[in-house]
Amino acid sequence: MSEQKLQSQTVQTTGHAWDGDLQEYNNPLPVWWVYTFYVTVVFALVYWTIYPSWPFGKGWIGGLSNITYVNSDGQTKTHSWNTRALLLEDMNRAAIAQKPYFDKVAAMSYAQVAKDPDMNGFILSAGKALFSDNCAPCHQAGGQGVVGFFPNLTDDDWLYGGSFDKIHETIMGGRHGYMPTFSEVLSPEQIDQLANYVASLSGIGHDATRAAAGNALFHSETAACYYCHGADAKGRKEIGSANLTDNIWLWANVPAASSAEGKVAAIRNVIASGLNKGVMPAWAGRLSPEQIKVLTVYVHELGGGQ
Amino acid sequence: MNFNFKHEWIETNIGLLAVLTMLAISVGGLVEITPLFFIDKTIEKVDGVRPYTPLEQRGRDIYQREGCYLCHSQMIRPFRDEKLRYGHYSLAAESQYDHPFQWGSKRTGPDLARVGGKYSNEWHVQHLTAPRSMVPESVMPNYPWLKATPLDTSDIAERMKALRKVGVPYSLTDAEYKANVAKFGETVAKQLHIPNAQQSLIEQANFGNYDGDRSGISEMDALVAYLQVLGTMVDFGKYKDDAFVNDR
Ligand code: HEC
Ligand code: HEC
Ligand code: HEC
Repeated sequence: MSEQKLQSQTVQTTGHAWDGDLQEYNNPLPVWWVYTFYVTVVFALVYWTIYPSWPFGKGWIGGLSNITYVNSDGQTKTHSWNTRALLLEDMNRAAIAQKPYFDKVAAMSYAQVAKDPDMNGFILSAGKALFSDNCAPCHQAGGQGVVGFFPNLTDDDWLYGGSFDKIHETIMGGRHGYMPTFSEVLSPEQIDQLANYVASLSGIGHDATRAAAGNALFHSETAACYYCHGADAKGRKEIGSANLTDNIWLWANVPAASSAEGKVAAIRNVIASGLNKGVMPAWAGRLSPEQIKVLTVYVHELGGGQ
Repeated sequence: MNFNFKHEWIETNIGLLAVLTMLAISVGGLVEITPLFFIDKTIEKVDGVRPYTPLEQRGRDIYQREGCYLCHSQMIRPFRDEKLRYGHYSLAAESQYDHPFQWGSKRTGPDLARVGGKYSNEWHVQHLTAPRSMVPESVMPNYPWLKATPLDTSDIAERMKALRKVGVPYSLTDAEYKANVAKFGETVAKQLHIPNAQQSLIEQANFGNYDGDRSGISEMDALVAYLQVLGTMVDFGKYKDDAFVNDR
């Protein structure tokens, strides 16, 4: 109470009274606050002259601050400050920092890049980041793939070829493996014979008489498997038809089956239903040529490069 | 000052106080928004951007229903790290037919503005049904019902009419259809024609077979069709890297 009385003596009131005696103190803002406010006003004025600010006609006032960048045609351009120009300038700066590496990558053959210890570190770090963002959701973080969906990139079994050029071609243009559905043209009996033959090629437990019949079918015009997989059943890299003799499986989930019958059944399912879901997206428009070159070497070095 | 202004007038007149308060707080918004209607560079001039087809639009509805925007933005900012990871920054033109837009800023998962074409349909179906079967460390929820739920296609015309009211050029009349043919080409214009909506939805779903199951049209078909078109309409190969610098 006494404190309030004291205040009422020193602080002025706003002058109006409600309900007879209800008054309002008038406490002005502290001086430091008022001056800070004026400073922000001055700051705004300065900011408006440097950066784009006020709309004007169909455009706006660009401000005094400029950004100089080099565009994709190699022309040097100056533009009033904005985040899009800033991005180009930033890309230029990063390109200059990485230029020695990318120039080297561009100038060297793939094989040289892979052998150069200096480049190795660069490929490993840049490649790993690119792979994680773009490829790992399908091929998994280590490139080991998922049986039934995405091929393993770390072994030396390649659908389309494991040379630098072939890997580059795969990443640039994408791939789409296709095998027709055989359940309509072949009988279950024939499909079972074929499955036993395919199992025999990889040394999986099978019925020898059925496999022999399957062998004949495989190389006949009826089933025409040899047409795509080759007479030796080792696959044709141009169309990505799997090598059926190496006991490495992408679509038929043979490894998961414990019994020989189960393994043959997994193969049978694939032959019956055919394959059309092996879609590897194309990256040509999405990633830059340098990024694709880095990825090519990275994938090659994952293990099975040829 | 002869005018003799008194605060008391305002403070004791509730109507006047309300009007003046409203005027004061709308200044900030008006100053920022009004010029956009006059500046002719607000929406960049690019080829290729079109309204969503009926199937994609239904996918977009499901995207909103499931709250995908709570974890995913659709706005690539003009920064180097975003360009390297997601691709070209988003243009205003690319969301000109989005109502409501899905820009957002919450990124528990990656930005989806350019996810179209990045993965196969097969991957999307697996990933939406069980994300951890594709990306072991993912925290995205499972959406197993999308594939099991048949898509309701009966009200697509009504949905498109509503969007037409807010400015999306879906056509109702012949004149509007012809205008769309001139603007987007015949193939696209057909899909934007409301009287054909249900039929073209079914055609696109059957042709694309997005969910890998030909026996019917599921919500998965629509959602994958939508995801696969995101960010793919503009062919940036046609434009120089500084083509859109003057627009900001
Ligand atoms: C039109 C070409 C074509 C014909 C004909 C064909 N295949 Fe295939 N086959 C492929 C392709 C391509 C793949 C790999 C698909 C992919 O990776 O997307 C494949 C994959 C397979 C696989 C899976 C291998 C794995 O790793 O899981 C088996 C088994 C198979 N074929 C067996 C056969 C048999 C048996 C026949 C004959 C009935 C046959 N194929 C006929 C093209 C063909
Ligand atoms: C949507 C899933 C998906 C993504 C993302 C993906 N791939 Fe693939 N990739 C596949 C599939 C599926 C195949 C097998 C294609 C086939 O069966 O015909 C494949 C095949 C390949 C092959 C050929 C393998 C062989 O045995 O010949 C290479 C190399 C490859 N991918 C590299 C990459 C790289 C590098 C990236 C990242 C830029 C990437 N992939 C991203 C799904 C994907
Ligand atoms: C709880 C947050 C959350 C929600 C809700 C969510 N997601 Fe995701 N999403 C993630 C995370 C985290 C990732 C990254 C890991 C992965 O790929 O699963 C992701 C990845 C993705 C990707 C792959 C993006 C890329 O470029 O790799 C797509 C596509 C996607 N989500 C679509 C959807 C759709 C469609 C919905 C709604 C049905 C949805 N998400 C709901 C968190 C979420």
